[in-house]
Amino acid sequence: MKILMFTLVLLGQCWMLSAWAGQEYVATLRGEVPLNEEETPPVMPNVENRDIKRQRAYPMQPPTIPHKIDQYQVDYKANKCMSCHARTRTEESQAPMVSVTHYMNRDGNFLAEVSPRRYFCTQCHVTQVDAKPLVENIFQDVETLLKAPK
Amino acid sequence: MNKLKRYWKLVNRPSVHFSLGFLTLGGFIAGIMFWGAFNTALEVTNTEAFCTGCHEMRNNVYQELQSTIHFSNRSGVRAKCSDCHVPHNWTDKIARKMQASKEVWGKIFGTISTREKFEAKRRELAEHEWARLKANDSLECRNCHNFDYMDFTRQSLRASEMHSTALASGEKTCIDCHKGIAHELPDMSGVEGWD
Repeated sequence: MKILMFTLVLLGQCWMLSAWAGQEYVATLRGEVPLNEEETPPVMPNVENRDIKRQRAYPMQPPTIPHKIDQYQVDYKANKCMSCHARTRTEESQAPMVSVTHYMNRDGNFLAEVSPRRYFCTQCHVTQVDAKPLVENIFQDVETLLKAPK
Repeated sequence: MNKLKRYWKLVNRPSVHFSLGFLTLGGFIAGIMFWGAFNTALEVTNTEAFCTGCHEMRNNVYQELQSTIHFSNRSGVRAKCSDCHVPHNWTDKIARKMQASKEVWGKIFGTISTREKFEAKRRELAEHEWARLKANDSLECRNCHNFDYMDFTRQSLRASEMHSTALASGEKTCIDCHKGIAHELPDMSGVEGWD
């Protein structure tokens, strides 16, 4: 009886240990850091602020933002981006004008103001960091493809 | 009138009991103490703790300030409330402090005692500050950001372009372009350059 109990307890402990050990290697989004600990956050990269336009990385890519936009307020009260990029502001700012499509609603009708669906700039346009691409990009513009030998 | 004459005589009469030395020295020391106390009290009203002592400031503008570059940044230089909102020169400072009695009035009568009231008044309050900084050529900005010390080569292209033209010529002053850098902007419709 005693031996049986001992074996059972030992078996139980082995099972618990193995389960506990297995948990360590479960792949989760939070990595291998235990739940009750805080992971050291990765270093924040610096946003490019060179004002030099980048080439597109895929067809129909919205132009990227070549400058910092820290603390730019874009809400129902104010749109900081538009204080340079609006049609009426580009003469003074010499910033690229928001394209005419931004004044169109989904039915293709032109509005006097930027269409509400285009109002939040960073929904499509984003800042860039000087980071190594995770995968290689072999995108070629259609102009390049047309000129390629057949 | 009679009373006034009596007081004038009292003040005008030479002292009987106190020596000239005591009166001069005593007056001097009392003067220092009074001035010190006055100045200390004035400085206390310039501290962050004093400004954020009211929930109006603590819950609205102070919260917004904390995420901005003027509050948290790499070099640890911080602009506190009074650095931007109170002139450093004595005469201007006293004038501003006298103006601030309006703010005491506002506190007593709860002009911006709730978030809704504050939001409703935000544009008006912001306009006061824009007008003040426009009138004094953004003096409070320039207490730290001296135009003569700016190195344009260390600025971004856009920044140096603007600073070397519009700002250098005096055509524009800091606040013309840098609105809402330390607090949320109000509804900007109709503000120059913000359609």
